[in-house]
Amino acid sequence: MTKPMATRQAFGEALLALGAEREDFVVLGADLGKAMFTSAFQQKYPHRLINFGIAEQNLMTAAAGLATVREPVVACTYAVFAAMRACEQLRTMICYPNLNVKVIASHGGLHVGGDGVTHQGTEDIGIVRSFPNMTVVQPADARTTYLALKAILDRPGPAYLRLTRNPVPPVYDADPSFELGKGIWVKEDGQDVTLVATGVMVAKAIGAAEKLAALGITARVLDIHTIKPIDKDAILLAAKETGAIVTAEDHNIIGGLGSAVAEILAEESPVPMARIGLRDVFGESGDPEQLFAAYGLSADHIVEAAQRVVAKKA
Amino acid sequence: MACQHRGKVKDLKLMANQIRRDVVEMIYRANAGHPGGSLSCVDLVTALYFAVMRLDPKRPDWPDRDRFIMSKGHGCPTWYAALAHRGFFPREELWTLRQHESILQGHPDMNKTPGVDMTSGSLGHGLSAGLGMAIGAKLNGQDFNVYVLLGDGELQEGLVWEAAMAAAQFRLDNLVAIIDYNGLQLDGTLGEVVGVEPLVDKWRSFGWTVFEIDGHDMEEILSICERARKTSTPVAIIAHTVKGKGVSYMEHQVGWHGAAPNEAQFEQAMAELDEERGLIS
Repeated sequence: MTKPMATRQAFGEALLALGAEREDFVVLGADLGKAMFTSAFQQKYPHRLINFGIAEQNLMTAAAGLATVREPVVACTYAVFAAMRACEQLRTMICYPNLNVKVIASHGGLHVGGDGVTHQGTEDIGIVRSFPNMTVVQPADARTTYLALKAILDRPGPAYLRLTRNPVPPVYDADPSFELGKGIWVKEDGQDVTLVATGVMVAKAIGAAEKLAALGITARVLDIHTIKPIDKDAILLAAKETGAIVTAEDHNIIGGLGSAVAEILAEESPVPMARIGLRDVFGESGDPEQLFAAYGLSADHIVEAAQRVVAKKA
Repeated sequence: MACQHRGKVKDLKLMANQIRRDVVEMIYRANAGHPGGSLSCVDLVTALYFAVMRLDPKRPDWPDRDRFIMSKGHGCPTWYAALAHRGFFPREELWTLRQHESILQGHPDMNKTPGVDMTSGSLGHGLSAGLGMAIGAKLNGQDFNVYVLLGDGELQEGLVWEAAMAAAQFRLDNLVAIIDYNGLQLDGTLGEVVGVEPLVDKWRSFGWTVFEIDGHDMEEILSICERARKTSTPVAIIAHTVKGKGVSYMEHQVGWHGAAPNEAQFEQAMAELDEERGLIS
């Protein structure tokens, strides 16, 4: 896992590996077998994958019904369809009865690129985070995608796993300690600011921390792979010890990681903070890196935000 | 698997009468609820719970039990009364309907009520949830059946037809949809709002075996449930019913979709149901 890999592809490989280890879970798809790399699982376990066709509402409510008979259920589609087309299915039929359904949501964020706004899930985390009982997870790279899938399968109840369409560079060169609800300190030796990132933005935050070091600002980097339940202790520690926080996510700044962190800081430990993410706009088609530069999600944007919050510190 | 006619038809009719009484009393005491659509499905639910379904009230989570989903979740007073009389919980619980900390929510909650197999109340989901259960039975090699009671107005929801299409594709011969076809919805008759006819043709064209019955004729309900087990496709039973059945001033009245009777109306309903009880043979 030294080459960049889309986390949707890493998911497909993880599914195959975990399918051999445990016979319990069943995979439901919505005509995206190739797109979500579940075809290999289907070939190996034809009776454990059911294709619902292009019918995401049926996919999710049937997943709920199935989970009362056979669990866990792994229900796969794109983030926009999972969180929005089937929004009420997730809330009322999966989260309210607290059923053991793992919603796998590919195509998270602006990083989707060329497909454009209809396929870029940029509000999904804000939506699913507001549902009681829901665990919300977004791995930063291929290696942690396996760990994330394994972790949500091991924990009963609803979960939402957000994946990328396009390749992301490896963040970890060995398996980190991965526990749902616990952030990973990717870089823990900074004093001036903490960069709290999730998903594809973890790699950007690492790049930003290196650039900040050259400017004389030492930054910690915290990978929040579990956006809910969020690692409140780590965030409060970061606030206490570095006194400034920048969040970074490939999502609208409304409702996602930045909101979750702001909620904690506002109530318990107000410090200067800034949110990197889509500034309440829709994206457009284009190369992901160009889009990140155009919409304020590049490492340089994180650097600027860090400089601003550091300057605000008393 | 033969129909397990635990009760004779007369006993079933008496039970249906008792459930109607309880439904009206629950809604009267709660001062809220949906009497019209609850009363229209009493005979169907009574037949299922007291003759058709494989159940064990002492083991509400028995893996091999037949499943029932009340997709028209607002009809839950009928379900709750049937569950209570079948022994899933004490009848006294019925009088806590809709109250704080009651096991009987305003719409069914599978985690609060023994015997409730699926949460419902948001219309359109039940058949899809039943589809998932029916798939689970096949995956696990279990032989239970899944019965889903749908409202007729509910058929306006697109999800119903997503589920119908998939059920035929997956050849789910263990899935039975029963449509409580009382012809009325909140805003008026189905024909005035968005009509669902031709209903038999619709289900048939989706690959289902379709039966059309009088949803208040106990013998016909039982015989069709028997036949429903012998098909190789999912089955839709279109049950013609009367909204508010059993209470004269509620019958065929849109206004009794979601209203509670006052004291005088309650007394009249009880008197009418008493009279009906005396006529059951």
